[in-house]
Amino acid sequence: MSTPAVTDPPAPARSAPLPPRLLRTRTSRVWALVLVGAYVLAPLTVSDFWLSVLAYAGIAAIGAFGLNLLTGYAGQVSLGHAAFIGVGAYAAGWLGADEGLPLPLWLLGAALIGGVLGAVVGPFALRLRGQYLVVVTLGLVFLAEHVFRNWRGLTGGNSGRAIDPPASFGVDFNDFSLGGFAASRAQSWFWLIWALVAVVALIAANLARSRAGRALQAIRDRDLAAELTGVDIARTKVAVFALSSALAALAGALLGAYQEFVSPSEWNLVLSIQYIAIIIVGGLGSVYGPVLGAVFVGSMPRVIEEYSSSIPGVSSGAGDDGVITVFALNQVLFGVLIIGFLIAEPRGLTALARRVAARVNRSSATPARTTDNEEET
Amino acid sequence: MTDFLQFVFAGSALGARYALVALGFVVIYRATGVINFAQGGLVALGAYIAYHFTDRIGAPFVIAVLAAVAACAIVGVLIQRVVLARMVGQPAFAVIMITIGLLFVIEQLIPTLWGYNSHNLGDPWGIKTVDLAGLTLAERDLWTLAIAAMALGGFFAFFRLSRYGLAMRAVAIDQEAALAQGISVGAVVAVSWAISGMVAALAGVTLSTGATAVSPTISFIALAAFPAMILGGLDSPGGAVIGGLLIGITQTLTAGYQPEHAAWLGDNFHVVMPYVVMIVILMVRPYGLFGVPEVDRA
Repeated sequence: MSTPAVTDPPAPARSAPLPPRLLRTRTSRVWALVLVGAYVLAPLTVSDFWLSVLAYAGIAAIGAFGLNLLTGYAGQVSLGHAAFIGVGAYAAGWLGADEGLPLPLWLLGAALIGGVLGAVVGPFALRLRGQYLVVVTLGLVFLAEHVFRNWRGLTGGNSGRAIDPPASFGVDFNDFSLGGFAASRAQSWFWLIWALVAVVALIAANLARSRAGRALQAIRDRDLAAELTGVDIARTKVAVFALSSALAALAGALLGAYQEFVSPSEWNLVLSIQYIAIIIVGGLGSVYGPVLGAVFVGSMPRVIEEYSSSIPGVSSGAGDDGVITVFALNQVLFGVLIIGFLIAEPRGLTALARRVAARVNRSSATPARTTDNEEET
Repeated sequence: MTDFLQFVFAGSALGARYALVALGFVVIYRATGVINFAQGGLVALGAYIAYHFTDRIGAPFVIAVLAAVAACAIVGVLIQRVVLARMVGQPAFAVIMITIGLLFVIEQLIPTLWGYNSHNLGDPWGIKTVDLAGLTLAERDLWTLAIAAMALGGFFAFFRLSRYGLAMRAVAIDQEAALAQGISVGAVVAVSWAISGMVAALAGVTLSTGATAVSPTISFIALAAFPAMILGGLDSPGGAVIGGLLIGITQTLTAGYQPEHAAWLGDNFHVVMPYVVMIVILMVRPYGLFGVPEVDRA
């Protein structure tokens, strides 16, 4: 779908070790500073409503990084993401809420369970090609939902269950206070979630630029050629499926713990497609596209719900006046976003942002050749 | 034994509905190379248009069904002309996602236009039954089988005997070669969409007759036609019919026997049974029962 992997430029003869890539150029140093500043200051200035919107967006970004590796980089379309997100949520319920494990352990445990399940399902699913895979992963969502509905001891059955695992890691994110300063739950969870987003983003970015990432893209672009150049297709596919499932489960664990209650009907096809919309809108196979997509797509439903009363023709419930309900409007917008981006800008917000940046660079007289092009995949 | 035959009969009727949906999938797949996820939306749309004609306009049922068939054919062609024609030459993934986007839009426009409540379709069969050799057969099921048989027979006659059918088969094998032979690929694709809209409307109408009213969940029921299509093989119209019947009968038998004999599988296992069957079959035959394996050449 996008351009083939760019070979790295020949390494300059280096005497002293270079600083990390993130801090190498001035632009990237400024960006890093802006992002860190926003991360620290946002919870202190933004209202709890918007913090919670951003927290959900961050959770979606973590899951979307996984799907982007699988679909954007390796070209394997899965509609089964929702199943693994659900697995993560219940894993958090089991390990965190029932067993009382501390935060790092139930988070890692959830990711591990998701990854192992992905590695178990992967070999069966991935021997199917193309569109057969799409439909089989669709079946996975229905099967998982059936298990969630019937495994009452763990999931509470149709009526759902509470998930309230311990959330302390040095500090308690449910009840955060430092000196005289006490943070609300929205504030402290914002810090927790977006720190994890940063970690996952770094892992995904480094993976995408490594030998493994290039192997994924080779499989996407032409699997036969990839195999001839020495890529072990079966192993690479299963590995990326497992990683994608692990990240989905991590997102699910955070989602369950953050909303404190989950029910089986949440992990449906619509959720899977939301994630597809996120990576399409963000830019398939772009390194940071999932974050852009998650902030845009992930926050849209809540924003529309909040301001539904001031959008003409929108009713807040099925019984109210208005042409279209909030729920219906959201789903229509998801559909329109997917269609619109695929037709008008298949490389998503990432490409849009890059074009805007290029224009700004051109209009300001500075020479535009300072940024490195390495994020291009 | 009576129970069993009863289940098989009801299952065949359900399977005939799945077969209609699955045939729509296969026709589009052969013409364009992608699975059309919006098919479920067309199925629901067909049911609602028929309802609109019987209930809101007061037309006779036959007229309403024909109107639904015509309307869905037109909507199918419009979808192809307005949206998907722009995607020619794009990777299959992008086109599939577009059809998913369309499904979302159609699925939500329907309750926006007609409301979330279920409606009575106004079909003449209702919950009437016929007694035959000790079996109690629902009239709607009998008619469903008859309608599906007529529609499928008509399709296969068209597909096998007419020039357009020949053109459709040629396009499915090789678009460029077909083009070189003077076949208008654009027209074939449009006809394929029209056919798929028509069978979708029939599926929608037969799915929502009698006690199962017209409701927004119809497009969800139509999702179970995916396993039917995959089971037969994505590119085999005959496979779609056989897959549909297999899935329909298996599902009905599961609904009938599983709660008693295999309760450990959980409540409502029959809802997911089609997917279980699909996954098992694909493990054995990765291209379905009658699908043509893709051969990869360098």
